[in-house]
Amino acid sequence: MNNGPYRRPYRDTQPPYLFPPYASTVKRAPSQPLVVLPHTLTELSAPVFGYGDIKESDSDLTKQHQGEPQGERIVVSGRVLDENSRPLPGVLVEIWQANAAGRYNHRVDQHDAPLDPNFTGAGRFLTDKEGRYRFMTIRPGEYPWRNHYNAWRPAHIHFSLFGQAIVQRLITQMYFPGDPLLEYDPMFTCVPDEKARARLISVFDWETTLPEFALGYKFDIVLRGHEATPMETRR
Amino acid sequence: MSLRGTTSQTIGPYLRIGLEWMVIEDLAPKGVAGERITIEGRVTDADGKPVNDAAVEIWQANSHGKYASPEDAQDKPLENGFRGYGRSLTDDAGAFRFRTIKPGRVPGPDGKLQAPHLSVTVFMRGLLKQLVTRMYFPDDAANADDPVLKLVPAERRATLIAKKRADGSLEWNLVLQGKNETVFFDY
Repeated sequence: MNNGPYRRPYRDTQPPYLFPPYASTVKRAPSQPLVVLPHTLTELSAPVFGYGDIKESDSDLTKQHQGEPQGERIVVSGRVLDENSRPLPGVLVEIWQANAAGRYNHRVDQHDAPLDPNFTGAGRFLTDKEGRYRFMTIRPGEYPWRNHYNAWRPAHIHFSLFGQAIVQRLITQMYFPGDPLLEYDPMFTCVPDEKARARLISVFDWETTLPEFALGYKFDIVLRGHEATPMETRR
Repeated sequence: MSLRGTTSQTIGPYLRIGLEWMVIEDLAPKGVAGERITIEGRVTDADGKPVNDAAVEIWQANSHGKYASPEDAQDKPLENGFRGYGRSLTDDAGAFRFRTIKPGRVPGPDGKLQAPHLSVTVFMRGLLKQLVTRMYFPDDAANADDPVLKLVPAERRATLIAKKRADGSLEWNLVLQGKNETVFFDY
C-alpha cells in the first residue's frame, strides 16, 4: 500500500472538456476553471469488487442468448497495468458495444440497421493476478451519428474500469487497426497527442487468435500510477 | 518502466447497456450503522435542460470515517454489507438519487479531519472525460474548516453543499455550465 498522490496526466494525453467539433461538449463542458484537488484518502481509495459480482458467462457475449449472434467472432484481451508497470488484479472491467450491423440494443438508437435477438452487447470481467482480462464477442459495426454531415463512428468497444483509487477510474473506447474512419472521428481526434491516440487502437494478435474460430485483438489499458514508488515515498 | 495512462473517451449515449446491471441507489442495507439519508438531484446543461443520459457515481466512507478499501489503513471498524459505492443513471428529468448513511470524517492532506463528504464522479455523452466533484452536508460545523472546501472560491462553495428539504431529504443538483455552475475538480 502506498498512500502517496497519483501522477497528473501527461500533457496532451487526455482530451479537453470543450471540443466544439464534438457538438455535445458545447453545452456540457464546465466554463469555470477546475479547482486542483489534493489526493486525500477519499481520492486514494476505491470500492472493491469480487467474483460474487460477476458470472462466468458475463465475459462471453456470444453465449448470452439461445442462439449465436450474427457477425465475426473475436477475442478481445489484454492487461490492466498502472503507469509504474504494475499489473492491477481485481479490476472490474465493464464493456458494451453495438452489434455486427452497427446497432445498439438501446431505445435511443434508431439507426436503420437490424437488432440481433441473440446479442445484447454487454460484458464484465474481473482481472486476474497478472491484471489480465479476456472477452469473447463479435466485431461491432460502424454506424452513423448526427454530429455533422455524413458522420460515422469507427468500430469501437466501450470500456469502463475501476482501479484501486477513485482517481484511477477510467472510461474509454477501444478501436480496431486500419479503420479508415478514425481520422474523421472527433472523439478520437480530440486527443492532441498522436501516440496517446494510437494507444486506443487494439493490435491484431496471433497468440490469442483461435484456429478455425476467432481472430484475437489485444488491448492493454494503463491506469494512473503513484508519483513515487513505495520504496521512495516522498511524504 | 514508466507507462502513460490510457486516454479517456466519452461514455456515449448507450451507457445503460453496459452499466445498468450495477445500478446501486441503496448503499446501506439494514443493520448498517449511521444516520440514514436520502439524496436527490438533477443534472442540467448550459441551457438548464435535464441531462437524461448521465451516470452519477458516489464513493464514501462509513459512519466511522472508514473506507471499505485495502488502501485505507485506519484502525476503524468496517460495516458489514456497506461497500460505500453508488451508481445512479439519470432519468428523463435528469434526476439521480441515493439512499445511504452520512459518512464519518476522514483524514485530509495535513492529517486533520475533513468534513463529511461524498466523492462524486459524473460521466455522460458530451464529456470526453469524467467530471469529479464532492457533495458536503448542510449545517455541518466541520465545513468551515474543511481543507478542500477552503480551496474553492468562497462565492462558489455553496454549489458543493446539499440543501435540506422540509421532509428531511437532501437536494443537491449538478449544474454543468452557466449560472450556479457546480465546482468541478482537477483531480
